[in-house]
Amino acid sequence: MSDKNEKTEKNERLSVFKTYKLYVGGKFPRSESGRVYEVTDAKGKWLANAPQSSRKDARDAVVAARKAFGAWSGATAYNRGQILYRIAEMLEGRRDQYVREVGEAEGLSRSKAAAQVDAAVDRWVWYAGWTDKIAQVVGGGNPVAGPFFNLSSPEPTGVVTVLAPQESSFLGLVSVVAPVIATGNTAVVIASERAPLPALSLGEVLATSDLPGGVVNILSGRTAEIAAPLAAHQDVNAIDLAGADEALAKELEIAAADNLKRVLRPQPVDDWADAPGTDRMTAFLETKTVWHPTGSLGASGSSY
Amino acid sequence: MPTTAPHALSDVTASDSTLRRFLHGLPGVDAVGLEARAASLGTRSIKTTAKAYAIDLAISMVDLTTLEGADTPGKVRALGAKAVRPDPTDRSAPATAAVCVYPDMVATAKEAVAGSTVKVASVATAFPAGRAPLSVKLADVREAVAAGADEIDMVIDRGAFLAGNYMKVYDEITAVKEACGTDARLKVIFETGELSTYDNIRRASWLGMLAGADFIKTSTGKVAVNATPANTLLMLEAVRDFRAQTGIQVGVKPAGGIRTSKDAIKFLVLVNETAGEDWLDNHWFRFGASSLLNDLLLQRQKLATGRYSGPDYVTVD
Amino acid sequence: MAPVFDYAPAPESRSVVDIAPSYGLFIDGEFTEAAGGKVFKTVSPSSEEVLSEVAEASEEDVDRAVRAARKAFEKWSALPGSERAKYLFRIARIIQERSRELAVLETLDNGKPIRETRDADLPLVAAHFFYYAGWADKLEHAGYGANPRPLGVAGQVIPWNFPLLMLAWKIAPALATGNTVVLKPAETTPLSALFFADICRQAGLPKGVVNIVTGDGRAGAALVAHPDVNKVAFTGSTAVGKEIARTVAGTRKKLTLELGGKGANIVFDDAPIDQAVEGIVNGIFFNQGQVCCAGSRLLVQESIHDELLDSLKRRLSTLRLGDPLDKNTDIGAINSAEQLARITALAEQGEAEGAERWSPACDLPENGYWFAPTLFTNVTQAHTIARDEIFGPVLSVLTFRTPDEAVAKANNTPYGLSAGIWTEKGSRILAVANKLRAGVIWSNTFNKFDPTSPFGGYKESGFGREGGRHGLEAYLDV
Repeated sequence: MSDKNEKTEKNERLSVFKTYKLYVGGKFPRSESGRVYEVTDAKGKWLANAPQSSRKDARDAVVAARKAFGAWSGATAYNRGQILYRIAEMLEGRRDQYVREVGEAEGLSRSKAAAQVDAAVDRWVWYAGWTDKIAQVVGGGNPVAGPFFNLSSPEPTGVVTVLAPQESSFLGLVSVVAPVIATGNTAVVIASERAPLPALSLGEVLATSDLPGGVVNILSGRTAEIAAPLAAHQDVNAIDLAGADEALAKELEIAAADNLKRVLRPQPVDDWADAPGTDRMTAFLETKTVWHPTGSLGASGSSY
Repeated sequence: MPTTAPHALSDVTASDSTLRRFLHGLPGVDAVGLEARAASLGTRSIKTTAKAYAIDLAISMVDLTTLEGADTPGKVRALGAKAVRPDPTDRSAPATAAVCVYPDMVATAKEAVAGSTVKVASVATAFPAGRAPLSVKLADVREAVAAGADEIDMVIDRGAFLAGNYMKVYDEITAVKEACGTDARLKVIFETGELSTYDNIRRASWLGMLAGADFIKTSTGKVAVNATPANTLLMLEAVRDFRAQTGIQVGVKPAGGIRTSKDAIKFLVLVNETAGEDWLDNHWFRFGASSLLNDLLLQRQKLATGRYSGPDYVTVD
Repeated sequence: MAPVFDYAPAPESRSVVDIAPSYGLFIDGEFTEAAGGKVFKTVSPSSEEVLSEVAEASEEDVDRAVRAARKAFEKWSALPGSERAKYLFRIARIIQERSRELAVLETLDNGKPIRETRDADLPLVAAHFFYYAGWADKLEHAGYGANPRPLGVAGQVIPWNFPLLMLAWKIAPALATGNTVVLKPAETTPLSALFFADICRQAGLPKGVVNIVTGDGRAGAALVAHPDVNKVAFTGSTAVGKEIARTVAGTRKKLTLELGGKGANIVFDDAPIDQAVEGIVNGIFFNQGQVCCAGSRLLVQESIHDELLDSLKRRLSTLRLGDPLDKNTDIGAINSAEQLARITALAEQGEAEGAERWSPACDLPENGYWFAPTLFTNVTQAHTIARDEIFGPVLSVLTFRTPDEAVAKANNTPYGLSAGIWTEKGSRILAVANKLRAGVIWSNTFNKFDPTSPFGGYKESGFGREGGRHGLEAYLDV
């Protein structure tokens, strides 16, 4: 908005500010609480007012995520891959916007911000390719000792609450959200508290990428305030604590035990641009093993 | 065409299509589950008094069988004598249920068991292949009955069954049943090893019972796979269910491959826990066997004396 | 000739097992008394006979065991995998050699029929050690990176329903991956773990690699909370599992939980009925229904309800309840007076809530803890007996009309451990299995286990998998 202000000074044209809104169930609501909070750049300059989500916003996001889960987890892996790739395409087209937002949010030079955005786009491409491969890598047939055939396959855990990293507002965010939804989970994402704008803008890309509404829901506000009801929510199946500090992480993990959520504790990350591996996918996968009798083709082969 | 007494399922055989629909509508059989159940019942441990009871019961259920091209009157007479008094050293050993022979040996067998409880069973209907014109099969049956056979062990036309021509199989069984008259009981052999699948064995069981079989019997003893615990268990389920639906009780006869007392007792456990005690009687359950009897007698002697017996202490056939 | 085929008693001989009058804790390769000298009695649930006195571990003893495991960890984890493998193979072989003894022991201490310990528990225990023995020198091929590392000291707490099998599920993968363990067996079934300690000695396992601390829930809690434990593995109730999850919150301890269930056994109208009946019986009466993955809810298609129930009741009438050491016993004793009280209370609640109770005619022995096989009809999802895990030989029968309704009812529980599907239609199996939210699904069979197959739950049935390649992950730094 620095360039917007410059333009004003030149008296050319008064720019149009963007009202940042939440992204819930494929729509862009304000916080039901009517609250906003000031978001500044790295130097403390006002950038925008972001919605300050309440526990009711969190509740609504869970409802949307649960509603979306059946169709998204039931979609073919190929279809999910196509949609994740579409997200990369849409992001690439709006690269400049994100370079600017990430630069402002994280106080990065244009080239460093560009590197972050490029890495984020590439990350969507990486996970787009994983959707129809992860089952082959982590699942498989088991050679049981008996007349049975059984197969273990990964399945999405369900609704996952994601506390996006606080420092890496965009690459970090994409790095934790993409692996959750690539495998068929749906997500309730709490954006970086200090730098939520790139995350809120991501909603605009998701909304135009054929991603069904509710698969990703993005909330901004006070992380601890939003995370507490989500960690305790009985219809949330898992929680990624990437964006929690030590004290908050412990508190949320305790709350998460109420319905035995899968908890991914905060992991030290040197550089979000590093190759991610499969851990963030497998953390939110269940293994289902299905047994089938086989036996011989007919009664004639069986005798004691 | 003769008809069996009307019962709850009489409509089933009204036409080719109703019969086919009925047989194909029977619940399927899961092979692994069936075999696991049979194996699990095979782990029952039958000791002391229960074992003595089971061995005598098994002896009383044996259809002592000789079905060789080389059968002679002498061989059949020896068999008959053994059936009447299985253990010459111990008169408390029960007689077997029957001797089972080819039709031309019925008269000889009848003489050999005269005055005893032992029945004479005759295989018939171009046993074991069953590949002869119906008229020949029926003549085969009539000759055997005329010669005094108490029981007829017929084979079904497996070719017709596997071709899906169930009505032909049905008609043939009812015709044979008629030829048996009122005195001879009819055992219907499916040759389960050739029917191959458990679904087929269940269908054949119902087909045979619908057609008036007094017994359903696994096999001829002439193919690779004969009676197994699994196929016998399946047939016991069929007679159990048939009685529940029609009130008509049908017997079961596993034949071929049962050689040891241990095996025989396992089959009796199957009977006990599947069809129930009503079938624990040689009117309703038989073993088609030859060498089994001697093993039962050896075990019987062991139980009586406490020491292991040997083959020289039972008679060769 | 007797009128009926009564099976004479065929008891397995007790003489194959020699139970000492008392046992200590197994710490650092030695049997030792508890620090405070406290002991508790373990009884045979089928007779209430006291089998032995066992040391009751205090917090101090648990600490001693953890320190022994820590001390042993350095060398054990540095051993070539091929050497660790050979120790595990030795253990597997000794278990096979001593399987009759262990089966009798387990039956005495647990109350389950010898038929099960002999034919299910012990073969699976040996197989589990064989399976993971083979992994010890192949971990770099397991899909967890080029050089996956052990976590350190594993604190393991196991239940009483499959004492030795749950020990195997815990210890075999832990040792294969290079961890050392402190294991706490259940209070009511400590003996087979102590015999296992002896097997470790026979196998020459280095001191401190396996430590067994017997005691009640307090010893388990101390173990889980111990700051020098790197990994916690628990099998037991969901309530305790949640407590453990809270305890380890905020630590670096890796946690796997294998908890309760309320498995649905779904029978469609085209099921292989006779095998389905066997599967239902096996699903809920195996181990007296004291199985976390039991098929405790029978969902039967309404169109075959009466026919199936007739068959089921007829089949239940052939179940033989009694002396667990008799080789012909199908239903043994309930593990403890507490468990019996819980089952009794829930069954009474089922009646009070209007469900129809049925049991076959069945004489219960005078001594010991016994509960007749029981089924409830006219049960709906709203009944307590359709929602709470009973952990006993009690089947709740519900009906459904369509596959969608079957799936919806099956999934309508906070648990998600197991389910069964009975139908002859292959596509229906795959479609229904796909929609069930449960970790183990048996189609046209039930309660099958194999060391190569991952086992574990969705939702409140816990997390992490035991068995198979998947089971390694719980003990590796990945």
